[in-house]
Amino acid sequence: MADFVLTTRAPLIAGNKTPADVTRDICHSLEGRPTPLWWGSFLFAASLLLLGTLAVSYEIATGIGTWGVNRTVGWAVGITSFVFWIGIGHAGTLISAILFLLRQRWRTSVNRSAEAMTIFAVICAGIFPVIHLGRPWMAYWLFPYPNTRGSLWVNFRSPLVWDAFAISTYFTISLVFWLLGLIPDLATVRDRLRGGFRQRLASVMSLGWNGSFRTWHRYESVYLMLAGLATPLVLSVHTIVSWDFATGVIPGWHATIFPPYFVAGAIFSGVAMVLTLVIVARKTMHLEDYITLRHIDVMCKLLLLTSGIVGIAYVTEFFNALYSTNPYEEFAFLNRAFGPLGWAYAIMVSCNVLIPQLLWFRKVRRTLWIVFPISILINVGMWFERFVIIVTSLQRDFLPSSWAGYRPTPIELSMLLGSFGLFFTLFLLFCRLLPVVAMAEVKGVLHVGREPRGPDPERVMVGSSAQGRGMDAAGIREGGPE
Amino acid sequence: MSPGMSHRVIIGVFDDEAMLLEATREFRAKGLKIIDVFTPYAVHKLDSAMGLRPSRLPWICFFGGCAGGALILWFEFWATMVDWPLNIGGKPWNSLPAFVPAMFEVTVLCAGLATVFAFLVLARLRPGKRPRTWFPGVTDDRFVLVLEESDARFDLARVRSLFQSFGAVSIEERIEEA
Repeated sequence: MADFVLTTRAPLIAGNKTPADVTRDICHSLEGRPTPLWWGSFLFAASLLLLGTLAVSYEIATGIGTWGVNRTVGWAVGITSFVFWIGIGHAGTLISAILFLLRQRWRTSVNRSAEAMTIFAVICAGIFPVIHLGRPWMAYWLFPYPNTRGSLWVNFRSPLVWDAFAISTYFTISLVFWLLGLIPDLATVRDRLRGGFRQRLASVMSLGWNGSFRTWHRYESVYLMLAGLATPLVLSVHTIVSWDFATGVIPGWHATIFPPYFVAGAIFSGVAMVLTLVIVARKTMHLEDYITLRHIDVMCKLLLLTSGIVGIAYVTEFFNALYSTNPYEEFAFLNRAFGPLGWAYAIMVSCNVLIPQLLWFRKVRRTLWIVFPISILINVGMWFERFVIIVTSLQRDFLPSSWAGYRPTPIELSMLLGSFGLFFTLFLLFCRLLPVVAMAEVKGVLHVGREPRGPDPERVMVGSSAQGRGMDAAGIREGGPE
Repeated sequence: MSPGMSHRVIIGVFDDEAMLLEATREFRAKGLKIIDVFTPYAVHKLDSAMGLRPSRLPWICFFGGCAGGALILWFEFWATMVDWPLNIGGKPWNSLPAFVPAMFEVTVLCAGLATVFAFLVLARLRPGKRPRTWFPGVTDDRFVLVLEESDARFDLARVRSLFQSFGAVSIEERIEEA
């Protein structure tokens, strides 16, 4: 119980900040010149993007034959990467909307960058199915529009049409939510910077915001409603993505467990990506007081929870296959674990279920050089999870005569690398052009864990008679890697 | 106030949300007319201190969502059963369960866009608009309370001393062109 009191009363933001400090610290990265580290990362990301662009251009000019897909394995790296990136995006909405509804105030430090991550991840995701169409210039055929062929409408009974609706709605609502959240902060940037491109950008995008509380009052109401809409939306998006598979008859795909399994996996990989990004951002942009070890700690707990759900889903899938006594189901899962792609299955289980178990230890959750590689390994594992689900299920279907292998071509791998290049290029530009922490929201939680009118965290710690918990207090306030 | 008329305002600047909240409550209780309060973030409970009614935007959200959902559901039935009926795998013409996902997405889309659009219209926000700033620093760390000197009984000296008693860091009187 004493522990609980201490945790809720410890300051969310370290360093005893005033609102003016918040403005200065967050705007700092917009005012100076980019560091050599930023340039290095940007050039690296942009080269990957260039590689991906070349690969995609070659593929569009030549045809899907440049990929390793064949008649049996029709979906592979492209669709795997689509599901992977959509999943990454889900953590941003979790943090911005679901944790807002649950009144988790620690979210204010990371929600801006997590939402930016959502937007960029959905952009990366959206590219893959469009490329996979084979004739991407016909992509607008996915939507119902009056045409000269009848009009011939899309088939609303098809999960692929549901997908087009879900992804485009998700992107639009996430973008609107993000831009709305940016308005007050852009007004701050507009009033603070003296001229320059960023100031002009902020002037246009802050829509004439002047801090009027009558506007704030409406704004809060809109924010709450968008959070309420985004919450079922994000659950629906990965549910519908999972229906792309679950409505098929392929053993290994045709399972009722898919929607919750996919949603949990999506949040799992997304939170891991948020951790990867914020661990780098807090260090390079000196945000240790805003994104404290406590933030890292709670996100690690989210990882642990979702890893558990994903682990149970793996076991349930196997159990259902064996319990069904359907030979095709049984074979699909044995083939998944022990077939030619058994190594991918092993990567998936060890990265998603075994390695995250380290996060049970508080010491591990607060040691950045351990959390960082874990967060990357989880994303490797989650990419392989989708690869395993897609490729191993298709590879050996009902008729042994149509069994086939699959090997990705360099074009496919370049596309995958290119999507990472696009993601990091956009994220690095975001870090230079827009405030990476939601200043107006952080200013509203500065008082959390502080005594009113006497902002001194020392008093809080002494007052809560927590002698044995000194490490906790130190961990929260120090902020730096231990 | 009728447009074109000028009126006198008194502007009190605070550096702390708690004092601003107290001052707002007090001025409102005394029957003074609060034109607006300007804050760097959404101050908790300031809406009740100012006596603002709950926003009506949730209705726009609700009806926007209903309209979008109804429209797409009608369209799905019309396109599938009436305009060009296509037999797809022998599935029934009335495939209502299969029409739900698109209906859900369009409902959310219309509800969200209608709400945000209505908000921008009501709050008179638009891209590139020049903000009307009453006092610099509101978007940084200042809390500004703007009162209207409404009638002859307005006691400037008393309002000033009230502002001071709440720890206002600056008090300013101004004539505003409405």
